[in-house]
Amino acid sequence: MTTYYLEFEQPIAELERKIAELKQASTLKNVNITTEVDKIETKIKKMQMDIYTKLSPMQRVQLSRHVSRPYTLDYIKNMFSDFYELCGDRKFKNDPAIVGGLAKLNNDTVVVIGNQKGRSTSEKLLRNFGMAHPEGYRKAYRLYELAERFRKPIITFIDTPGAYPGIASEERGIAASIAENLQRMMELKVPVIAVVIGEGGSGGALALGVSNKVLMLEYSTYSVISPEACSSILFKDSSKTDDVARALKVTARDMLDFGIVDDIIAEPEGGAHKDHLEAAALLKRSLIKHLDDLNKLSVTELLDNRYEKFRKIGSFK
Amino acid sequence: MFWLKRERKKFDTAVKRSSKVPEGFWKKCPACTQIIFSEEIQRNLMVCPKCNYHFRISAQERSDLILDEGSFKELYSDIKTGDPLEFKDVKRYKDRIKKLENDKKKSAVIVGEGKINGRRVMLAFFEFSFLGGSMGSVVGEKIANIIEDAIEENTGVVIFSSSGGARMQEGIFSLMQMAKTSAALSKLKQRGLPFISVLTDPTTGGVTASFAMLGDIIIAEPKALICFAGPRVIEQTIRQTLPEGFQRAEYLLEHGMIDMIVHRSEMKSTISNLLSMLAK
Repeated sequence: MTTYYLEFEQPIAELERKIAELKQASTLKNVNITTEVDKIETKIKKMQMDIYTKLSPMQRVQLSRHVSRPYTLDYIKNMFSDFYELCGDRKFKNDPAIVGGLAKLNNDTVVVIGNQKGRSTSEKLLRNFGMAHPEGYRKAYRLYELAERFRKPIITFIDTPGAYPGIASEERGIAASIAENLQRMMELKVPVIAVVIGEGGSGGALALGVSNKVLMLEYSTYSVISPEACSSILFKDSSKTDDVARALKVTARDMLDFGIVDDIIAEPEGGAHKDHLEAAALLKRSLIKHLDDLNKLSVTELLDNRYEKFRKIGSFK
Repeated sequence: MFWLKRERKKFDTAVKRSSKVPEGFWKKCPACTQIIFSEEIQRNLMVCPKCNYHFRISAQERSDLILDEGSFKELYSDIKTGDPLEFKDVKRYKDRIKKLENDKKKSAVIVGEGKINGRRVMLAFFEFSFLGGSMGSVVGEKIANIIEDAIEENTGVVIFSSSGGARMQEGIFSLMQMAKTSAALSKLKQRGLPFISVLTDPTTGGVTASFAMLGDIIIAEPKALICFAGPRVIEQTIRQTLPEGFQRAEYLLEHGMIDMIVHRSEMKSTISNLLSMLAK
């Protein structure tokens, strides 16, 4: 995997390149460079700390979309065992923009469902940049019901710019497919946990998000509309994204303050993309804790808890 | 001399009159682009007499058309818009709301109870002229409230949607109203009470992708735009040309997304009959 750096990560990239060069030189000339490398690594740590504590909301949006960030299948690979992908909506086709299946978390079977983006150009196209068609949401619906029938908890991973805005999508009822998921998720007689792992984009994200616990990774975002689209609607200009991202309040911290999410999961230093394994380990620990809590609830408590959670969200006088 | 003078005067007045025509005297039909005498449209229930386009009408006009005279009792009108994000684009969200309220516009949705041919129902009428009928916290709360009332009172629910979707000025709070309204409908469904969803021009975005598409019966008005992503969004982001009639009520009927298209003049009797046939 070639490493990709965002603009604000460039100073770090510079230093990381330096370390690589030093290491290469040292193996050639057989000199000891540990002190040099150590020095630079401390510098990187400090710089990273400086950059990451001062991230603007739009920089956080960029980070949540980072192409090296772990995606649903990365977390599945690094967190679960015995994953069996289950495909298709049994109505039209298999949508690769949403993946799901049976997996084991420690020793317990769970049903896991998530938006899936692609990293290479061909995979991006295959996954439609993480934007699902109706059949993707109908596959999710089918898997929710499968989980309920067999009394298995559901874990969803949210990471999408939104549902696909295109002809095929509208023609096959994207609106209805999302609406049906919102409603069905509310009725599920099993624990449901949703984790925003990257980009939580609008209705396409919420269709996997009606749950007993909503968790967010530290550098993920959740929003009703992308800063770009919002900017072009409100300012007739798509370049005001910095201001709009700030105004929309999209960060994990904002969501916790608003009471929209229950917990923020810390990411490895510099973001989840710096260490996929560590990111998965941190998430796994949190998931097990939350699942343990939910497993103590009766079916009625689960349903009431989920209903109340969403029923009370709103800001009015 | 006399007639000449008169001729000239007639000509003058004609010019003058055109500048004094009260606003809305003539109306251009957005569908067939014909210019039509406003009164003629009004007499025709705000439907274009040339092409049958159903003009957007206010919540008040809508309730007058649907409900038994004097039977509507508005509820939850005291719930007022908050500003959780302290949102500001070119204007402050607070100021936008204040201006609308000063213009005697209250909310993007009017809810309450009323009677349709003697049958009590809980209703919601969207007001497109209030920030495009967009769904923020107030809209979500009012809709969830009347659905819960319907469960309590054992009545059906009828919602006339007309909305640009979720209200972005309320950020994530507006998105969550989709879950909230759909959740309330799930309880209604479990109680076996009917929900008739009427989609009027335009019903889009987060409203379509939540309660509006969850009707036991979904009715649309002729030629209404009904979609998740609007045609402009699709054209801009995907660069595809859109087929003729795309996302109009007729297109949705053909693709199996709605049950029927009903003319405004038939709306009351249709809803009344359907409710009575679904009654236990």
